[in-house]
Amino acid sequence: MKISLRREQHLELYYYMKLNRALEEQMVRLFRQNKIVGGLYSSLGQEAISVGTAYALEPRDWLAPMIRNIGALLVKGFKPRDILTQHMAKYTSPTLGKDGTSHFGDLKVRHVVSPISMLGDLIPVMTGIAMAGSYLGQKIVAMTWIGDGGTSTGAFHEGINLAAVQKAALVCIIENNQWAYSTPVRRQVPTQDLADRAKAYGIPSYVVDGNDVVSVYQVSKEAVERCRSGQGPILIEAKTMRMKGHAQHDAAEYVPKAMFEYWKARDPLDRYEKHLTASKLWDAQTKAEIDARIERELQEDLEFAESSPLPPPELVEQGVYCEGCHTIEPDWQRPKEELVPPKSSVAAVWEVEDFGAFEKREEPAAAAKQSTVLASGDGRRHPAQPSARKEKAAKTPARNKVRR
Amino acid sequence: MLEAIRQALFEEMERDPAVVLLGEDVGVYGGAFKVTAGLLERFGWERVIDTPISETAIVGAAVGMSYLGLRPVAEMQFIDFIACCFNQLTNFVAKSHYRWGAPVPMVVRGPSGGGVHGGPFHSANPEMYFVHTPGLKVVYPSTAYDAKGLLKSAIRDNNPVLFFEHKFLYRRVKEELPSGDYTVPLGKAVVRREGRDLTMVSYAAMMHTSMGAAEVLAKEGIEAEVIDLRTLLPLDRETLLASVKKTNKILVVHEDTRTGGIAGEIAALVCEGAFEDLDGPVLRVTSLDTPVPYSPPLEERFLPDVQRVAAAARDLARY
Repeated sequence: MKISLRREQHLELYYYMKLNRALEEQMVRLFRQNKIVGGLYSSLGQEAISVGTAYALEPRDWLAPMIRNIGALLVKGFKPRDILTQHMAKYTSPTLGKDGTSHFGDLKVRHVVSPISMLGDLIPVMTGIAMAGSYLGQKIVAMTWIGDGGTSTGAFHEGINLAAVQKAALVCIIENNQWAYSTPVRRQVPTQDLADRAKAYGIPSYVVDGNDVVSVYQVSKEAVERCRSGQGPILIEAKTMRMKGHAQHDAAEYVPKAMFEYWKARDPLDRYEKHLTASKLWDAQTKAEIDARIERELQEDLEFAESSPLPPPELVEQGVYCEGCHTIEPDWQRPKEELVPPKSSVAAVWEVEDFGAFEKREEPAAAAKQSTVLASGDGRRHPAQPSARKEKAAKTPARNKVRR
Repeated sequence: MLEAIRQALFEEMERDPAVVLLGEDVGVYGGAFKVTAGLLERFGWERVIDTPISETAIVGAAVGMSYLGLRPVAEMQFIDFIACCFNQLTNFVAKSHYRWGAPVPMVVRGPSGGGVHGGPFHSANPEMYFVHTPGLKVVYPSTAYDAKGLLKSAIRDNNPVLFFEHKFLYRRVKEELPSGDYTVPLGKAVVRREGRDLTMVSYAAMMHTSMGAAEVLAKEGIEAEVIDLRTLLPLDRETLLASVKKTNKILVVHEDTRTGGIAGEIAALVCEGAFEDLDGPVLRVTSLDTPVPYSPPLEERFLPDVQRVAAAARDLARY
């Protein structure tokens, strides 16, 4: 599948990446002025992942960001003011000051689920969204992210496993930024590619250069559409680097300087700007126009956030429970009659294939088939019969593989 | 009581296709206690979902479903295993509406409690972990009528409800249920027995123990008023305080362990709201501060019984 982008889409990717970066630079200034109430978590160097993955979704699709996925929230339609007011704990923020950072969402319009600080928990939740979407006939895809560190949680495994057996339309992106707070990835996970975790659940996976927004988008788009067609969940590992500490307070002195330099030379925004120039997708004037628009929008939203009030103290006791403030009605996209008797009735009997017998088990080559779809050109990790590989390879883009 | 719970699930699923079930062995097998027997056959694979052994994923998936407007009912095979999804419930579920206005209309239900020699991992009463968690509702019925009516209310509620089913009562309490739809409101206690001399407050299996003790006391001329809490969160303060103002004495009986049990909370709210009306100390009869033991003589010592409740009530009545 060849996935291409139109010129205006290319420019939109730039807009979101640049906005993501400029917004965070603005928040660093606010942090230094003591105007950010809590912590500030940087996604510097990871913008291509947030933007490129979320850009592959349609408005009806759902996402749940992690702390560093500001870019994904912007792509899904949130404004800088939402993120600024969240960090500044203002009454005008999406959570009215009850929570901070990227911890907000929108069930009705943008289809964004608010994350919590405990890692991994979003994966079963987004699996449930995908299952409910399928139940309601909505043909939606659910997307979420997890860090390299977060893949060690039980919730990650339980969620991916449930998604796999339910064939849920879940795209999970492992954002491998090399560091879980201060611990390097090799001390957390013994495998070279975190995408290899997919094998354990019998689901396909991709490895992509997370600092190349076009590759990230193409892989995500393919994954999203495969998911939508009912093939079950997909894992994408995006290799990148966290270019700051865990949060503002952390100087990241545990990171070798040469590692920062290596990745700085691969900065996703610089690379993309060069790509746009080399591909003649823009000129200096277009860039200046987009940059000016970003500056204008940021300035407006900054003024809005700074002039916004803090919440009134009496808000504290409001909203613990829904006391009639919400009307809950699913958006049925299929006839309800299919789901009530007599149409819903079935014979409650398991069909068990091959009885689990040792001699009837799939040969390793055949078992690898489902992964070969994504492993063309990578016989090392997914040995498959030549014929099977040839057949699949035609349908598959070259694997975007990091070399070390 | 078990059949009443099954009927509630059946009728709610019949009424509203947004109601779906998920849990371990709930489908083809019909649940470890057969609470969901026959539901897969009637409502199909999409509405009765056998899941992997993954309590965190079960609750997490139920949250996701509820965000799309479904009303999932998740089963814990034994309520002891709710500890495995403690984080999902206390951090994700309970805070969702408060933090970002996302209601979670889901129910987590499962067999709870001791007295059946289930041992340390199949007998727990973990309700107080969750009564201490704003955003959740906690229900623990003692009768078949209430179990059905409260479960229906829980399913229709826009908030997450933990529904504890005392397994000792599953096949021991029986009553004729009215035909047709009815609900029992969440957050409302009920006076099971009127009395003037003291108030006994209880719930679930211990409600029956308390009623037994009240009968023993009645023969001695002590008239106990027995209150069945039914819902532990939110707690029905009005019914409790009204009864204390009438009897001037209160004894709390629960099967949960002593320290941090709901008796302490009730003692505090009685002191806050009816101290002047008290003619004696707030007393409690509870299980011991130990894990639930396996061997019958140990478990019998562990659990409150009619004699211990009656003895405490006699002590209180003397004030």
